Amino acid sequence: MTRRRLPEWFVLLLPAIIVIAAVVLIPLLFSLYSSFTPYKLTRPSTLWKWVGTYNYEKILSDAKFWAAFGRTVLFLTIVLNLELLFGLGIALMMNKVTWGQRTLRTILMFPMMFSPILVGFQFKFIFNDNIGLVNNVLQSMGFNVALPWLVDAKLAMFSIMFAEIWMSTSVFAILILAGLFAMPRDPLEAAKVDGCTPWQSFRHITLPFLMPFIYIAMTIRSLDVARAYDIVQIMTGGGPARRTELLWTLMSRTGYVDARMGLANAMGYVSILLSILFTIYFFRKLSAARAELGMAG
Amino acid sequence: MDRNQSHRNRRRVLKTLHFTALFLTMMIICIPGLWIVLNSFRPTVEIMAKPPVWVPSFTLDHYRAMFAGAGEGGVPVFSYFRNSLIVSVTSTLIAILIGMSGGYAFARYRFKGKNGYFVGLMLFRAVPGVALSLPLFIVFAKVGIIDTHFGLILAYVAMNVPFTIWLTDGFFRQIPKELHEAAEIDGCTRWQAFWQVEFPVARSGVASAAIFAFLTSWNEFALASQLTRSVGSKTMPVGLLDFTAEFTINWGGMCALAVLMIVPALILTFIVQKHLIAGLTFGGVKG
Repeated sequence: MTRRRLPEWFVLLLPAIIVIAAVVLIPLLFSLYSSFTPYKLTRPSTLWKWVGTYNYEKILSDAKFWAAFGRTVLFLTIVLNLELLFGLGIALMMNKVTWGQRTLRTILMFPMMFSPILVGFQFKFIFNDNIGLVNNVLQSMGFNVALPWLVDAKLAMFSIMFAEIWMSTSVFAILILAGLFAMPRDPLEAAKVDGCTPWQSFRHITLPFLMPFIYIAMTIRSLDVARAYDIVQIMTGGGPARRTELLWTLMSRTGYVDARMGLANAMGYVSILLSILFTIYFFRKLSAARAELGMAG
Repeated sequence: MDRNQSHRNRRRVLKTLHFTALFLTMMIICIPGLWIVLNSFRPTVEIMAKPPVWVPSFTLDHYRAMFAGAGEGGVPVFSYFRNSLIVSVTSTLIAILIGMSGGYAFARYRFKGKNGYFVGLMLFRAVPGVALSLPLFIVFAKVGIIDTHFGLILAYVAMNVPFTIWLTDGFFRQIPKELHEAAEIDGCTRWQAFWQVEFPVARSGVASAAIFAFLTSWNEFALASQLTRSVGSKTMPVGLLDFTAEFTINWGGMCALAVLMIVPALILTFIVQKHLIAGLTFGGVKG
C-alpha cells in the first residue's frame, strides 16, 4: 500500500482550516441555502420549500432595506475618514511631545480595551436626555435645554458616530505613531535645508512613509466594521422610527424578532459581501503600499 | 530684535495650541471611562438627581448588590465572570496554538496559491458576527452545543485564528531561516528547533496575538448573545443586559459590572503593552 504523505504546510494549516470550515463555512453554506427558502424559525418545515431568488428580489425592492444599506455605507465612510484624520492628528501631536509620552500612549490605548457593547452603554448613559453627563453639563452652564440626543434622528446618528469614533480612533493613532517612530530623520532634515515648508515636507515625505501604516490600520478596522452593530443595538436599537437603522440591526431584527430567517440570511449575505469588499480593497492597497516601500516579503 | 520677538511669540502660541489640543484629546478619551468608574460608586438617587449633584458621595452599594448573588435583585456576577474567564482563556490558548502552526506554515513554506489561502482566511474573519450568528445559532442548536462553554469556545477559536495567523506569520518571517537550520544541523528535529529556537524569538509576537485574541473573546457580544441562554454559560457582555428592564436601566449596577469587566483587560494589556504595538506593526508592515 502506498500512502501519499500530505505536504507539511498543509498539515500545519489543517487545524485552522478544519475549525474555520466547521464554525464559519458550514453555517454560511447553510445560510446561503436558507436564503433561498421562506425559512421561519417558528415553522421548521418551511426550510424545505425552495423559492429561488424571492428573498433577494424582496429585499432589493424594499425601500427600508436600501435606506439601511445607504445609511451603513454613509456611516462607514464618514466614520472611517474621521477616525483616520483624528488618528493622524493625534499621532502627529504625540510625536512632538517631549516628556510623558509613554503615559500618554498608554492612555491612548484605553478605548481599545472596551467592549463595543460597553461603549454603547457608556454613551447611552452619557447622552441620556434626562440624567446624561452632556445634558447635565449644558444645563449647569446655564443653557436651559434638554437635547434629545438619542431620540432626535440627526442627534442620534451623531451620538452613535461619536461613540464609534471614540472607540476606534486609537487604533489609527497608535499605528500611525508607530510609523512616525520608525521614520528615518535624514530626509526631513534634508528637506528643511532645501527650504521646504513644514506642509511640503509633511505632504511629500512624512505622509508617503506613513501610508503602509495607515493601510494596516484600515485593514484591521475593515475586518470588524460590524462591531458598530453592538453600539447601535444598545444605544438606539435602530430607532427612533428606524432613523438610525443600519444593515446589521435590520438583519438581526428580521431574524430574531420577526423570526424570518430566510429573509434575514439574504440580508446577511449582502452585509457579508460589503465587509468582504472593504477588506479586499484595503488588502490590495496594503500590498501596493508595501511593494512601493520595498517591504514586500 | 523685533523679528526675533515676533518669532518667539509665534512659537509660544503654537506651543500653547499644541498643549491645549493634546489636553482636550486626552480629556475626551478619559472622561467617558472615568465617568463609568465614578458612577459605580454613587448611590442611584444621586445618579438620577435633577438638578444634577456635582459633588459625588461614595457608596459600595452597587458592588455589594452585584456580589450578593441573584437573590436581592443582584446579578449572578461570579458565574458570568467565571464563564467569561473560562471561555476567553481556553479559546485564546487554542486559537494561539492553531494560529501559530498556520502562521508558521505561511512564513516558512512555499506552496501554490499561498496568497489566495491567506486572503481567503482573512475574509472569514471579516464576516460580521451578526450575520454569522443567525446560521450558527441554528447549526449549534441542531448539534446540541448551544448554551455551553464548548460552543462559545469553538466559535471564538474560529473567529480568532485568522488574525492570529496574520500576526504570527509576520513575526516568524522576521526570524532568519538560518536559525532553525543551524539548530537542525546540531541535531534538533524540526519540532524541537521550533520550540527551542524560533518560538522564544517570536514570543513577543505571540504575546500580542494572544492579547488581541483574548480581548476579542472577552468583549464579544453579537455571537455570545445568541449562543448563550442561561447563567451557566452567559458571559459578562451579555450579563450587562441584565441591568436593563423594559423602560429603566439600573445605571449604577451596570457601571459596577462594567468596571469589573474592564479591570482584567486593563491589567493584562498593561503587562504586555510594549509587545502589543510591536506586534501590530511588525506583523503588518513587514509581513
